[in-house]
Amino acid sequence: MQTKNKKTKFRYVWNFPGFGGWTAIFFGFLYIPIFILVCYSFNSSKFAMIWTGFSFRWYAKLFSNDDIQAATINSFIVAFAAAPLATIIATFSALALVRGGEFRFREFSSGLITLPLMVPEIVTAVATLIFFASLGINLGLINVIIAHTVFCIPFAFMPIKAALEAMDPNLELAARDLYSDKTSTFKTITLPLLTPGILSGFMLAFVISIDDFIITLMVAGGGATTLPVYIYSMVKMGVSPEVNAVSSLMLAFSIFIVTLYWFFNRKINN
Amino acid sequence: MNIQGENKTQNRIFALLPLWVVIGIFMIGPLLVMAVVSLMESNVYGGVHFKFSLSGYRQILFDTNLFDEIEFNPAYLIIIARSFMLALAATFLSLLIGFPAAYFISRQSNKVKNILIFLVTIPFWTNLLIRTFAWIIILGKGGVIESSFYFFGLLDEESSLNLMYTNSAILIGLVYSYLPLMVLPIYASMEKMDLRLLEAATDLYSNRIELIRKIILPLSMPGIIGGSILVFVPCLGAFIAPDLLGGGKKLLLGSLIQFQFSYARNWPFGAAMAMFLLALVILVLIFNARLNRKHREYANQK
Repeated sequence: MQTKNKKTKFRYVWNFPGFGGWTAIFFGFLYIPIFILVCYSFNSSKFAMIWTGFSFRWYAKLFSNDDIQAATINSFIVAFAAAPLATIIATFSALALVRGGEFRFREFSSGLITLPLMVPEIVTAVATLIFFASLGINLGLINVIIAHTVFCIPFAFMPIKAALEAMDPNLELAARDLYSDKTSTFKTITLPLLTPGILSGFMLAFVISIDDFIITLMVAGGGATTLPVYIYSMVKMGVSPEVNAVSSLMLAFSIFIVTLYWFFNRKINN
Repeated sequence: MNIQGENKTQNRIFALLPLWVVIGIFMIGPLLVMAVVSLMESNVYGGVHFKFSLSGYRQILFDTNLFDEIEFNPAYLIIIARSFMLALAATFLSLLIGFPAAYFISRQSNKVKNILIFLVTIPFWTNLLIRTFAWIIILGKGGVIESSFYFFGLLDEESSLNLMYTNSAILIGLVYSYLPLMVLPIYASMEKMDLRLLEAATDLYSNRIELIRKIILPLSMPGIIGGSILVFVPCLGAFIAPDLLGGGKKLLLGSLIQFQFSYARNWPFGAAMAMFLLALVILVLIFNARLNRKHREYANQK
């Protein structure tokens, strides 16, 4: 009887009245705008803001819009080029920084990795624009791919570093003891164990690249328009239901990849 | 032994070389070129005239009038002040909304905690432009809020609440954009908190307000500081919220910089403003590093 009383008292101590309701409001604030956006994408009315009935009409219209399709293809080309590049660079850097022990360029190198996160995005955007313009580098999508690779590196790096730090170095030492040379140890032990971390890094880099807007807006010239930049130009012309439809699809895609990443990581941790 | 040692150094350098090259050329390079451009003169065609000049920086405070006299011009100072105020307000509001939520989440079972934190991170990984655009549907003319006002007869159909293109609209957009970044670090520091402290304090007749003020708040201070920096810094240079919800009428630092490169085509001035923003951010980060070090020293002393 007494222990039971104590238990209820402990709960009483940790829990504050109203915090639960406040948290519900907090999640409502985060998700209701997204929910409204998705609802309105199924609105049959030509006017984005007035609800007249349920319809897939705007989704159907996306498939006949060549500009949206071209922008989508550009977005995927950029992400499929920048995310792997960033992941490869991040993997090598993580190996050197986690397994390399203490050495002279350690601090400097970790500083370089976090630099794209420190500099405000708008500053990176205009600096890259000035850089390409003053050097006369105008390679269309390649400019965008280079810019994306840079800011994807820290996002690819984080899960790879975490996976390396969680890995038992004794496994590699054991393989070396059993006369496996460096290359085959890396191939048969390190790399397979690191693969989930590398894949996680790739997924995060991919989402970040697909969703980027400000840097792409400044760096992309004509013909290199990605989907977020195209959505921006549509929004600037006025809210149309088509924007709601394409935006909902983009949201769904990002949420899908991140959910995949989450389940994937949970499996690793278990 | 020696050969192996050399080998190791070589390997490290080979592994880090791609990073140095890519970030060095395409991140540090652009920042350096931007610094140079900020010290040039703009020419009338919207390009850069390669002659040293401080006009880009001078323009932040002064203007040349019709008679070629230099005049104090507060327009940009007002924009800087507005950016500061809005970033501070957004940080404070995020803290107010995020703190109880972070605490509540940190006190749940492991399973619930993981799911809730995942729900907090999802908006961070989705497109910021689209999430801000959703607020146009809510706040805009004939949007969700106005429609419901019309529906309940609180507003006649002719008039409008004029919610868009205001500082409040930008503020809502900023809080909405960066709120997850406030919650995550606070949650991280609260999760490690020793709950026995709360029990002990209660046994010693502390009430709830004292628990928050004397135990929870000080122990989650590193998270509060970290979260505030993570919200304040991007708010200071925000572009999407002021552009979409401020309608380009209420400029902030971020949208002012972007404007110099899209329409105004005054690169040296835009570059100078970007350098100014970068300097502000570096100051904030140095301040943060100092605070962190103090906290660590304090924790080590104990």
